[in-house]
Amino acid sequence: MTNIWIICRKELKSYFASPIAYGLMAFFALISGYFFYAATAIFVSRGMESQMMGRPMPMDVNEWVIRPVLMNVSVIGLFLIPMITMRLFAEEKRSGTIELLATSPVRDFEIILGKWFAALLMYIAILAVSALNILILFAYGSPDWRPLLVGYFGLILQGGCLLAIGTFISTTTRNQIIAGVGTFAICLLLWVLDWVTAFETTATSKVLSYLSVVTHFEPFSKGVLDSKDIIFYFSVIVFGLFLTARSMESLRWRS
Amino acid sequence: MIRVQDLTKRYARTVAVDNVSFEVEKGQIVGFLGPNGAGKTTTMRVLTCFLPPTGGEAEVAGFNVAQKPMEVKKRIGYLPETPPLYPEMEVIEYLNFVGRLKGIPKAQLAERVKEVSERCNVADVSTKLIGKLSKGYRQRVGLAQAIIHNPDVLILDEPTAGLDPKQIIETRELIKNLAGDHTIILSTHILPEVEQTCEKVIIINKGKVVATDSVENLTSRLRGSESVAVEVSAKDGELPAQNVQQRLEQVPGVSRVVYRTARDGKLRFEVESLQGRHIRPEIARSVVEAGWNLHELHPVAFSLEEIFLELTSSDKSAQASGATQ
Repeated sequence: MTNIWIICRKELKSYFASPIAYGLMAFFALISGYFFYAATAIFVSRGMESQMMGRPMPMDVNEWVIRPVLMNVSVIGLFLIPMITMRLFAEEKRSGTIELLATSPVRDFEIILGKWFAALLMYIAILAVSALNILILFAYGSPDWRPLLVGYFGLILQGGCLLAIGTFISTTTRNQIIAGVGTFAICLLLWVLDWVTAFETTATSKVLSYLSVVTHFEPFSKGVLDSKDIIFYFSVIVFGLFLTARSMESLRWRS
Repeated sequence: MIRVQDLTKRYARTVAVDNVSFEVEKGQIVGFLGPNGAGKTTTMRVLTCFLPPTGGEAEVAGFNVAQKPMEVKKRIGYLPETPPLYPEMEVIEYLNFVGRLKGIPKAQLAERVKEVSERCNVADVSTKLIGKLSKGYRQRVGLAQAIIHNPDVLILDEPTAGLDPKQIIETRELIKNLAGDHTIILSTHILPEVEQTCEKVIIINKGKVVATDSVENLTSRLRGSESVAVEVSAKDGELPAQNVQQRLEQVPGVSRVVYRTARDGKLRFEVESLQGRHIRPEIARSVVEAGWNLHELHPVAFSLEEIFLELTSSDKSAQASGATQ
């Protein structure tokens, strides 16, 4: 346990010692801020419209603002994750520091979990930036906080499983760029898999849609906690970290 | 302290280490000598549990590297060829991290870090970023990292590669000072380094151990016959090299005379004796009796370089390794 924390702290430090962390946060603040602005603007104009029509309709902030913002944030996450994970192992392999880790009295899974936790905490720190926007809503309205919490829980789970996949891809190369591009390709694929349901309803399309990480996020964005989605995310996390462990082991046999 | 038995490491297409066996006793400094690609790094990586062996056994401090890697790792300090440093960390931060990673309790950490940074002369840069350090300092931080947990065994892969002469001397001194507390294996392809720092040499070539012996034994065993450098000149006028050569060849006990150079009228020869004969007094007498000036007369010791070439390039390698085993 302490070893995991030692590795995790070192990783977090190196995120914040380089411009990566700040750059990603700034980029994310900009994009998520823009989406938040757009969603609020739509909400306000719809509200005005319905009043001018003379028959005001009750409008839900959760439904009109928080949900679309969370959905957008989940997609932006796909672009951020490769940048968080690409350096995790690729950089250690390139600079040779992997030899230090591998010859220290630490187990492989401790190294992997430490790195993955650090990436997850980094991702959560980035997400926290978008939470600032949503907190503004509480000042002027009364959104329900419970679905919001579920939504963020879902975002963290979704991030966790993509980060696990990214961590795995980072172990396969010593080039950060390749790791980043590879992870990005997989993230993108896991997102667009869901689109097949738009034009097909065969069994294959159901399977493909099931594999899409975004499909599983939708219930969370509505504030629904469904055990099947939680299980999906957890199994992908475990699978990703398992692949990482196998890949790290194979480094020793091949290198 | 270290016992390696029939160790073999095979990569997909090549055999990097082939049936290597050797032993290192506690407190010894052992030089691991061989040309690039001989299998030095691979052997070291097996000893540090970075790579698993394909065949054979390796034991460090009584623990088998394949079966008890955690125990071995606790007792080993390793400096790879490129020091494993994080450029974005400060020296002290890095040493703290490695110390924790090697399992030093928090309470003793500050003290240990202070101790090794003083020992390795990096205390004055402790708050600098590693990325901004010179190569010599990086190497020393690497060494500090390897000894921070006070390991029984220290494995150093080409610790002086890429340093300037002053830094090389400093590093060698440092390594010598570390002996006694630690058992040290250091690899190198620089021969004088072994002569100066090590007590025992393991010569390895193409994945095989060619010779294992102490530095003195290795030199004397291979020497067998004496080799002497002689420099003579005429009292006045020219002295034909042929005359000198003929005269030297007639000295009893001489097996071969080779004419080397002539400079300012001084002629230089190299004379080899027959097995077990001391020929220097005879040569001196002979030269003086001929009425020539004797400028220089000294034995030429076989350097490790020659031994090395002899062992690794000729068919003698088979005999030599046969003799050691």
